[in-house]
Amino acid sequence: MSTQSTLAVDVEKRLGEFNLAVKFESTGNITALFGASGSGKTSIVNMIAGLVTPDRGRIALGDTVLFDNAARVNVPAHKRRIGYVFQEGRLFPHLTVAQNLDYGRWMSGVTADPTERERIVALLNVGHLMTRRPGKLSGGERQRVAFGRALLTKPRLLLLDEPLASLDRARKLEILPYLARLRDEAKVPMIYVSHQAGEIVKLASQVVRIEDGGVLASGGLELLDEERAT
Amino acid sequence: MFNLTPEEWTAVHLSLRIALVATVCALPFGIAVAWLLARKDFWGKSLLDGIVHLPLVLPPVVTGYLLLIWFGRRGPIGSFLDQTFGIVFSFRWTGAALACGVMAFPLLVRAIRLSFEAIDRRLEDAASTLGAGGFWVFLTVTLPLALPGIIAGMVLCFAKALGEFGATITFVSNIPGETQTISAAIYTLTQVPGGDAAAMRLVIISVIIALAALVASEWFARRAGMRYHGD
Repeated sequence: MSTQSTLAVDVEKRLGEFNLAVKFESTGNITALFGASGSGKTSIVNMIAGLVTPDRGRIALGDTVLFDNAARVNVPAHKRRIGYVFQEGRLFPHLTVAQNLDYGRWMSGVTADPTERERIVALLNVGHLMTRRPGKLSGGERQRVAFGRALLTKPRLLLLDEPLASLDRARKLEILPYLARLRDEAKVPMIYVSHQAGEIVKLASQVVRIEDGGVLASGGLELLDEERAT
Repeated sequence: MFNLTPEEWTAVHLSLRIALVATVCALPFGIAVAWLLARKDFWGKSLLDGIVHLPLVLPPVVTGYLLLIWFGRRGPIGSFLDQTFGIVFSFRWTGAALACGVMAFPLLVRAIRLSFEAIDRRLEDAASTLGAGGFWVFLTVTLPLALPGIIAGMVLCFAKALGEFGATITFVSNIPGETQTISAAIYTLTQVPGGDAAAMRLVIISVIIALAALVASEWFARRAGMRYHGD
């Protein structure tokens, strides 16, 4: 991976009684944030996306500084060009699938790229859903559209926050191959948040273990050996 | 039964026009105030909330009198609007629309505010990660999702404006053809001998208009709701 898209995070944030202080650098194609629920993983990605402002610290993507409280830099979320796939999809219920997919392009003014759109639509197999509204989609379909919506903004980094957690086992198995294809074909570095060691092993190359709002360890997949044994 | 006299038609026509103008003109202010109250924390928020709700709890005649003092030709706001824009409220149908709009404003704001508060803020976050700045998030996500509540608020506002009596008659009097709405006409008819039949005709018309507005709002709200749930 080029240094162009290395994500460097070093932030602190107080959330009520909970103190979050993390420092890590993503080096893999897919970097997994691994930890139990409540350990602060979602807060970390929200800070990377610009939805939550850290109290102190610095976040940089390649040589772009996204947040630096010392230099008073805080790029607003809509200018960060970071795609975000949420646990619950968060598709716009009042728009069709096609409109959801194109929303990012309308808003960020990215020029239309029909070939790329077709490729992503085919990759995620959502072509037959275009005229439907999210209320009429299954959980797995919804999540695939959410991947496409985030990818079509041509993000510099893709954040995936437990994208499979709301799905049952069969749906998870349905989505996992798409994620593997995204990793191999979309060429976008990703931060993958999960508490499931099994998912991470299939996708990620680097693991950052989060516990109680801090980084416990950072390294390769061997960090998960203990989890997988139990 | 429905052989309305020209004067009665005038009152019906005037009422509809006043209520419609009041609703349409109050809407942008209603959306702005509802958004402020639903989303922002600022100094004096409860004061703003109180002022907005004041017409709901004050005697209408008090609201009408305050409008007369402020928006009358010699009032501070009225004289300014007259000299600067040539807009006159006193004893005009426009004044009736102003009175109706002010009286109905709390209902409008309340309905819209509730629908803003019910919106899943996480959808707005999602929009901003897709490149939408604050204004565009509001226009493409917040406003469309609040639409059922906005429609409900507009219907309530329209119905209230249609029936407003106390503030209107205090502010712009009861001038046939200019400020005499259905309510004012009914009031006048009940004060003269032999006016009962005409009053009853106008009463029936009011009931029909109110019912039609309710049915229309139900239909709009259901349609909007259906779109969002994909049925």
